[in-house]
Amino acid sequence: MIEQGSMGGLAVIFLAAILTNNILMSKFLGMCSFIAISRNMRTALGMGVAVTFVTFCTAVLNHGVYYGVLVPGAPLCAADLTYLMFLVFIMVIAGFVQLVEMVVERFMPVLYYNFGIFLPLITVNCAILGVNLLMIDPERRFGLPETAAYGLGSGLGWLMAICLMAGIRERLAHSDVPKPLQGLGITIIITGLMAMAFLGFGGVVDL
Amino acid sequence: MIYLQAAVALSVLGGVIAVLLQVAERFLADYGPCNVTVNDDEPFVVEGGCTVLDGLYRRKIFIPSACGGQATCGFCKVVIAEGGGPVLPTELPYLGEDELAAGVRLACQVKIKQDLTVRIRPEWLNVAEFKAVVAAAESLTHDTRGIVLELREPAAIEFTPGQYVQVLVPGMGEPTYRAYSISSTPGEPGKVSLIVRHIPGGLCSTYLHRVRVGDEVIFTGPYGDFVMDADPSVGLVCVAGGCGVAPILSIVRYLWESSPERRCRVFLGFRTEDDIVCADELRELSEAMAGLDVHVALSEAGPSSGRRGETGFVHECVAAHLEAGGGRQAFLCGPPPMIQATMTVLMEKGVEREKVFYDEF
Repeated sequence: MIEQGSMGGLAVIFLAAILTNNILMSKFLGMCSFIAISRNMRTALGMGVAVTFVTFCTAVLNHGVYYGVLVPGAPLCAADLTYLMFLVFIMVIAGFVQLVEMVVERFMPVLYYNFGIFLPLITVNCAILGVNLLMIDPERRFGLPETAAYGLGSGLGWLMAICLMAGIRERLAHSDVPKPLQGLGITIIITGLMAMAFLGFGGVVDL
Repeated sequence: MIYLQAAVALSVLGGVIAVLLQVAERFLADYGPCNVTVNDDEPFVVEGGCTVLDGLYRRKIFIPSACGGQATCGFCKVVIAEGGGPVLPTELPYLGEDELAAGVRLACQVKIKQDLTVRIRPEWLNVAEFKAVVAAAESLTHDTRGIVLELREPAAIEFTPGQYVQVLVPGMGEPTYRAYSISSTPGEPGKVSLIVRHIPGGLCSTYLHRVRVGDEVIFTGPYGDFVMDADPSVGLVCVAGGCGVAPILSIVRYLWESSPERRCRVFLGFRTEDDIVCADELRELSEAMAGLDVHVALSEAGPSSGRRGETGFVHECVAAHLEAGGGRQAFLCGPPPMIQATMTVLMEKGVEREKVFYDEF
């Protein structure tokens, strides 16, 4: 059990979210954009940063919504609305992504066109909804700082995984892959190998 | 009770999110009025946030765009000297290195977000919007229709043979245009004839196959950079695939009026006998005009179709019949593979690269 509110506890959560409990490598969430956008490092990095940012912000936002509105006896609504959390979380994520989209289009047009369809697709990136749902796990009892650490760590973990994959795939472009495995096949195999490599972190930190 | 509770909770939350987004949009997506300068003329004010293509369109400056702003045709190239922002990945497939260095951009992709200086081809400033009515419409083949438009406002159009217009597809919300070559002659400035092949699911061809005599059609034009050499001693080689025959028809009709003796060799390619468009009119003209001859090639001809054309692709027909030699102008109109194959043949025949003009569709 992690001690609530201590710096050590936050660091453990943060590192665990990146390494041992990497949302992509341990739970295989967020696979579609992971595979679709990992062809070159620049876009992978951009997508990773976008996902990290959205994961962090929505985790904090939804933490507020969950404990402020949804749980029984919450300050804004006393009734038990936890059964609505899936709908509410996805609505908050969708609204937030819309907002991010407007900001990116206004201030970073090249990034906006590089993302293309993937920025709106962050809305339905299961890694983000996954983080939002995992942070309210009753056994862990995360407070706001823990949630923030967990959200940021998970996002960075996803960013690290997609950048590693992009690095491998950039090199793979020059290697001799058997024809039947080219494209998706070899990507899935590499993902599996990477997941096994991430298992090596097991025991370093634990949630 | 629980349903009511859920509905109320969700609608309150949805409302809050919607209001927040509306507020954000007001502040973020509002670029305010921007000054746009075209070709060093007086700047004018455009409400920011729209594309350069739309912004100029509102000022009645019509830039060619056959794809309707989807960045798939690459027609709307302009030079943005100031205020265009970084080049977007959607533009890169259409811009060469020298164009990038010169500041060429696609007008449909660049958004007006600040004061902007644009340079466009001066002839585009002469492009106007025309209101016309359908004066005649007839089926030419099973999927091709000839349409004659009678101009109402303005009442006359000045163009050169080989140029094209862009027809507005009505009822699309955003202005949507498709390009069609003019098949009538500049000698009749009060009308514009088009040859339209129906493409299943195509927006404009479906529309033009449905219009009836008397309906209003709006188009902009003329566009296209083919300029026929005024010297009648310069020979012409015209090669068309399918309904690419339209601009060739305009060229030949114009020759008939201006210099019927001028050397002009026409090669037309169709799939089958049923697809032949306007070849008969050209053949009739070729009997009256000493300088004109017409060859027809059928790429998917059956054994019985020997009388109306040769079997084979049109570039093979050019290779077989065109004499070698330079100093001629060539005009090609048809699908990209036909243009490429014909271009190779013309180079082999000694036609200079810079004297070949083409329209791909």
